[in-house]
Amino acid sequence: MREALRLALVLAAKDIRAELRSRTALTSALVFAALMLVVFSFSRDPTSLSRTALAPSALWITFAFAAMTTLNRAFTVEREHGALDGLLLAPMPRESIYFGKLLGNLAFAFVVEAVALPLFVVFFNIRLGSALPGLLLTSLLATVGFVAVGTVFSAMTVRTRFAELMLPVLLMPFMVPPLVGAVQVTARLLADRPLSEVSAWLRLLAVYDVVFVTVCALLFPSVMDE
Amino acid sequence: MPPSEGVLLSAAGLERRFGARRALAGVDLALRAGDTLVVAGPNGAGKTTLVRILAGLTRPSAGTVTLLGRAVRSADPASRRPIGFLSHESLLYDDLSLQENLAFAARLHGAADPSARAARALDEAGLGERAASSPRALSRGMLQRAAIARALLHRPALLLLDEPFTGLDAAAARALRAALAAHAAGGGSAVVVTHHLREAWDAATEVGVLQEGRWVLRERREGPLEAFLARAGGLADA
Repeated sequence: MREALRLALVLAAKDIRAELRSRTALTSALVFAALMLVVFSFSRDPTSLSRTALAPSALWITFAFAAMTTLNRAFTVEREHGALDGLLLAPMPRESIYFGKLLGNLAFAFVVEAVALPLFVVFFNIRLGSALPGLLLTSLLATVGFVAVGTVFSAMTVRTRFAELMLPVLLMPFMVPPLVGAVQVTARLLADRPLSEVSAWLRLLAVYDVVFVTVCALLFPSVMDE
Repeated sequence: MPPSEGVLLSAAGLERRFGARRALAGVDLALRAGDTLVVAGPNGAGKTTLVRILAGLTRPSAGTVTLLGRAVRSADPASRRPIGFLSHESLLYDDLSLQENLAFAARLHGAADPSARAARALDEAGLGERAASSPRALSRGMLQRAAIARALLHRPALLLLDEPFTGLDAAAARALRAALAAHAAGGGSAVVVTHHLREAWDAATEVGVLQEGRWVLRERREGPLEAFLARAGGLADA
């Protein structure tokens, strides 16, 4: 177990180091997130839709699609020069590959969210105030959920001809529960409702995480093996 | 066959179907410690499929592979530990330096001092001065040497090399033959798939020719290459 965790961390560290060197996925995701927020901010008709009504959906659609940009990269980088064979040949459990990729993807998603959240505050003129801790917790729970599923689908689609197109098509249905939960929680938190009012949604997000991280870790070996 | 009888690698009844096509149609082999099997054959004969099945990268439709008395299975990470693998591709990341690439591979194999191991492997491959270079900055020959260094990094008992001489100049090919000889002298075995039979001939203890997924010729290496080529009847090139 300890060795499996060590190997997952080695893989995640490699992915982060390579990404910091190339900045391919992070730059794309950050630009994409900024553009999404700009579009949402300026395309809103203030006479028919209030800022606070649109803000939660805008925030989570931005987070989700920006994360998808980084998810696409997770396994395409392994396809170059057959590096995936190197991972599959290493004396590491397939589950370590999954958790290594999951940790790397989460790191990228959280970086994107950490940059996009202040932009969201500026573009939507929102005061986070007491909502911030709850929002960070929601962000953690929802992001783990859709990144856990996205990591498996990224591995599944990398061997297909249209990996970049296939990933969103497969992933979107599984993103609905965490996104709906996150939007509901965010809407209430931004309306200054207490955290206790959204505890059921937070529990739902946590259950989704436990279930899908477990299922994905169990499924991943058969996804990897031809 | 138990390892006590000296067999390091054995495969029995290997078959692999891709749809209606049979890439391998019942291949057996057994290698003892120190053996180097060189496999030749025309394109599409099943050579790469054989190497990938031996490495555990492709699941056979039928048959088993046993290495050091242990079945090679994807669910058993330890069964892959004794394998060093070189394919058509380098298995290296463009966004990492050569040093970082090899240190990463060493970490995956649990090496005690991954950075030192990587530096030593690069020095042995004659790439010490290019340790900080990205693989994308290397020539084809240098890239192949780096890939070979990666395959040998963890001192594997079994080397599986798919077209290792491709892109190598004469000096690098000589160095590879020396590495193969040292590997065999140390009790390791190797399976070398190649179209460059002349390059690999001296390293071979056994030679085989695959056609349509079956051995059509398999023998201990004896006599000159030309005599073997004549027996292979045009199915193997020098």
